[in-house]
Order: sequence, then structure tokens, then C-alpha cells
Amino acid sequence: MQSNLFRTFFISLFILVSFGAQAADSKSDNSDEEELDVTEMILHHVSDTHDFHILDWDGHAVSIPLPVILWTDNGLVSFMSSEFHHDDEGTYIVEKGGQKFVKYHEKIYYAGETANADGAFVSLDEEAHPTNATPLDFSITKNVFTLFLSMTVLLLIFIGSARAYRKSENNVPKGIAKFTEPLIMFVKDDIAIPNIGEKKYARFLPFLLTIFFFIWLNNIFGLIPFFPFSANLSGNIAFTITLATITFFITNLNGNKEYWKHIFWMPGVPVPMKIFLMPIELIGVFTKPISLFIRLFANITAGHIVVLALISLIFVFKNMYGDVAGYAAAPVSIVFVVMISLIEILVVAIQAYIFTILSALYIGMATAEHEHH
Amino acid sequence: MESLVTIAAVGAGLAAIGAGIGIGRIGGSAMDAVARQPEMYGKIQALALIMAAFVEAIALFAIVIAFIKG
Repeated sequence: MQSNLFRTFFISLFILVSFGAQAADSKSDNSDEEELDVTEMILHHVSDTHDFHILDWDGHAVSIPLPVILWTDNGLVSFMSSEFHHDDEGTYIVEKGGQKFVKYHEKIYYAGETANADGAFVSLDEEAHPTNATPLDFSITKNVFTLFLSMTVLLLIFIGSARAYRKSENNVPKGIAKFTEPLIMFVKDDIAIPNIGEKKYARFLPFLLTIFFFIWLNNIFGLIPFFPFSANLSGNIAFTITLATITFFITNLNGNKEYWKHIFWMPGVPVPMKIFLMPIELIGVFTKPISLFIRLFANITAGHIVVLALISLIFVFKNMYGDVAGYAAAPVSIVFVVMISLIEILVVAIQAYIFTILSALYIGMATAEHEHH
Repeated sequence: MESLVTIAAVGAGLAAIGAGIGIGRIGGSAMDAVARQPEMYGKIQALALIMAAFVEAIALFAIVIAFIKG
């Protein structure tokens, strides 16, 4: 009973706070002084950028420059992102190889001849999207940087554990292998074998292990709020689409006769039903990976957005009711951020598990031998 | 445009209610099952997590649509 009361109290507090935030949001739109755009701040934090922004000091951005690599009309062009001088509004032109580039909302365009009313060298259409031509962008962005980082960490961990087994005499795990062995056994015994089956699991185990540890590590990196982590890599839709595409190909390339028969000519049902089921089953082939990538993307991005929204409550309150309200809101939102972060630790592990177990399930469905009666 | 954003938000909220009911039922049933057969705890937990992921996906689709509209 007591805990129920507490829960009700916290939930109503949370709802009150959220409504306050919404009111503040609509209010701050009208006032000109010190504009605070929470949505833009949050979206900036969860999206990919060309430099690694660490903090703002004295009104200046402190960030790590990352290489910009462009395939232009005149071939390959590369320079450091610091040459844009933190400009993201298309006002600062970088001239390389006889070509001019501007960065506008984290996209690189060929600069226009003249600046528009806002001083940006881009021409905008009615919906404020630039119409300038874009070079192909192969830059080492924040996400690509994190990708390389997690790759390095994974290689260090697993080459280290492989070496630990080679060194030990009776195959008893030593050193880092003591940590990785239970996790690998978990993926093998609780994910691969129950879903794919004793006979065939060994072929797919390396893939399952890779996606499990890769997603988990990148999720954890996203939770750590300082350099060189904090990039929202596993909440990037391109990243999750790539992983889901790999699962899609592995599933369908390994699909046996039974699997394709169940899709195109479902056995055991009358012919009109077979024809009716065929398109549905065919759509199902594609919705499986689609739900995989949307689930991972939305879960991780939602986690980042919730934490950022709770933190920005402090500033929303400050802008709305003055400094005192800001100070009063700070402890509440920090407590909430800590709680959400604790839940997120659980969520990131569960999402890695879900992605892996669903991949295993789909592979198992495609390779299962059906018993004939 | 403004009204479209609001409608998208309401839709996302409705989807969240549906998913909440769904996940609540999964969790409750899993609890019942574990209370009845504690030795099946591991299997039931794994199944419940997978089912929750399927239900949750629907709410997340709605969130993504709300984002696109917003």
C-alpha cells in the first residue's frame, strides 16, 4: 500500500513536471530574450556530427576536430572539420582544391555564389531545405569515430581472451577470459542452441556473438556521457539498418526448401488460402528485419532523448520562472536522470539480447527441418 | 502543420497506452506462470522478454511516425 502511494505521488509529480515543461516550451517561443530550443538541442545531441563537441566554455565550443572526406566533381578532397570554425549555418566557406564548401545543419554543400538574407551561402526552397548540390560525404564523423573505437575495444577484449586460453594449460579461463566466457556461454546455451538447434547452431554462433557484443558495447558507449564515448551510434538508423540487413541476408540465404515452401505455397491449407497467404508471408520476410532495426533505433534514441529532456527541464524552469525555480528543479531532474540511467543500463543489455535472440529465431525458422507425418 | 503535430503526438500516446496494457499483461502472466512453476523461470523470462519486444515495437513505430510528422 505504502509503495503504491509513493508511486502515485511520483507519477503525478512527473506528469506535473512534464506539463510545466510543455507550457514553458510554448511560452519561450514568444519571448525574444535568451531563446531556448529544447527540441533542437536534443535532436542535435542524438544526431551525427562532423566534429566531436565536448562542452561550451565561455560561450566558445570546445570540440575535437574530425576529418572531413569528400568525393567531389574534382576528385577526393579532405580537410579537418575545424576549418568550418564551428559554423553550422552555412556562413563560413572552406575553399579546397578550387571548390567552395559550406556546412549547413551537419550536411556539406557546394557553396552558392551569394549569401542569402541570413548570411548563408545556400539557396533554400519553400520548406527551408537547401537546394545546393552536395558532394559525396565519406567523413569520419562522430559515429564513425565511435564505430572505430568500439571495434578496437572489441578486438582487444576478444583477442585477449583467445590468448588467455592459449596460455592456460588445462583450458581453464584466465584473466579477461574469466569475464567473457560466461557471456559467450550465455549466447551459445540460451540464444543459439534453443532457437537454431543442436545440429546447426555452430555455423551461426560467430555472427550471433558478434552482433550481441557489438550492439551491447555500442549501447554502453552511448550511455557514458563524456569524450570519447557518448555518441548515439546504436541509435543511428543507418547503423541499425546495416545490422538488420546482415541478418536478413543470413536468414534468407540459409533458408531451406521448407522455409521457401512455407512462404510461397503453404502446405496443409486449401489452394485459395495458399494464394491468399503468399503475399502476406512475402511481406513478413521484409517486416522481420524492419522491426529489428526500428526497435533498436527507437529504443536507444528514446533513452537518449529522455535523459536529455529531463536535464533540459532545469533550463526550461529557469527560463520560465527565474533562477530560483531552476535551482529547485535541478535536484528533481538529476534524481530522475540517475533513475532513468539505471533503467537504461538494463535496457541496453536487453536490446542487445533481443536483437540477437530474434536474429537467432529467424535463422532457426529458416533452417528448421520439419518432421513429416 | 501545428494540428498535424498535435495529432501525431496524440497517436503516439494512444499507442503507448496500448503497448502499456500489452506489456503489463505479459508481465502479469509471466509472474503467474513463474509462481505456478518456479523451475521454468529461465524459459518464461526469455519468452516474456521476446513478447514484450514485439509489443513494444508497435509503440516505437508510433513514436517514429510522430517524429517524422513532428
